[in-house]
Amino acid sequence: MLPKLFFAYFAFAMVLISILVVTRRNPVHSVLWMLLLFFHIAGLYLFLNAEFLAAIQIIVYAGAILVLFLFVVFLLNLKEEVKAKRFISAWSAGFTFAVALFVVFMLSIRSFIAAPPGKYTVDLIKSESNIQVLGKVLYTEFLFPFEVASLILLIAIIGAIVLAKKRIKI
Amino acid sequence: MVPLNWYILLSAAIFAIGVFGFLSRRNVIIMFMSIELMLNAVNISLISFSQYIQDLRGQILAFFIIAVAAAEAAIGLAIVIALFRNKATAHVDEVHEMQG
Repeated sequence: MLPKLFFAYFAFAMVLISILVVTRRNPVHSVLWMLLLFFHIAGLYLFLNAEFLAAIQIIVYAGAILVLFLFVVFLLNLKEEVKAKRFISAWSAGFTFAVALFVVFMLSIRSFIAAPPGKYTVDLIKSESNIQVLGKVLYTEFLFPFEVASLILLIAIIGAIVLAKKRIKI
Repeated sequence: MVPLNWYILLSAAIFAIGVFGFLSRRNVIIMFMSIELMLNAVNISLISFSQYIQDLRGQILAFFIIAVAAAEAAIGLAIVIALFRNKATAHVDEVHEMQG
């Protein structure tokens, strides 16, 4: 009963905060609501026995990505945007599409068949530790995707510098 | 134990809210945040699958999604800054040079 109550709180709060994120007029408010949402998501990850990802969620998402968003919002002068209309005139089309998508997801849950359970039971993960087990899988089975991810981050660094720097007049 | 369906429903709801935000807002920063919202919704479902079928690969995939989201945010916000320098707007409807 208690886990269900916890989940109900998290689910309710997360849906409410997500709605607030997409409907606030001022982008700063949206970013701050998003911060609260990420803390809730990290709590949900703890609930799902994913301690390392909960830490990563807070460090990378709340600590890096959202601070980047906040800096960009502060750099841009958005006085005009705050006065502009909040939604486009055809927002009902977007709403209908989103609701239809949700209904499709809901209908597709019924045909979900669980895969045969793998070997990483809660007891095994507890006996080693979440980070250790995750590291073993990441550096053996997923070594190549891991290297590709590092390349993606390198390209992101170079691309961000190239795009954001001022053109030098020759 | 909380049933798996609840997690998938929560994930679907957040994804749908992200889709709605992306389609109906025209502030480029809020559109970006809607994309982050959708990525997070997918992460929630991946991690709940990983927990319920006792396989760590879901968590690894969520890990990669976070890495790609970080790269995407860096590039996207650099584009926003470059755009704002040229057009002084964050409203995407006013950027139509490439519509032909």
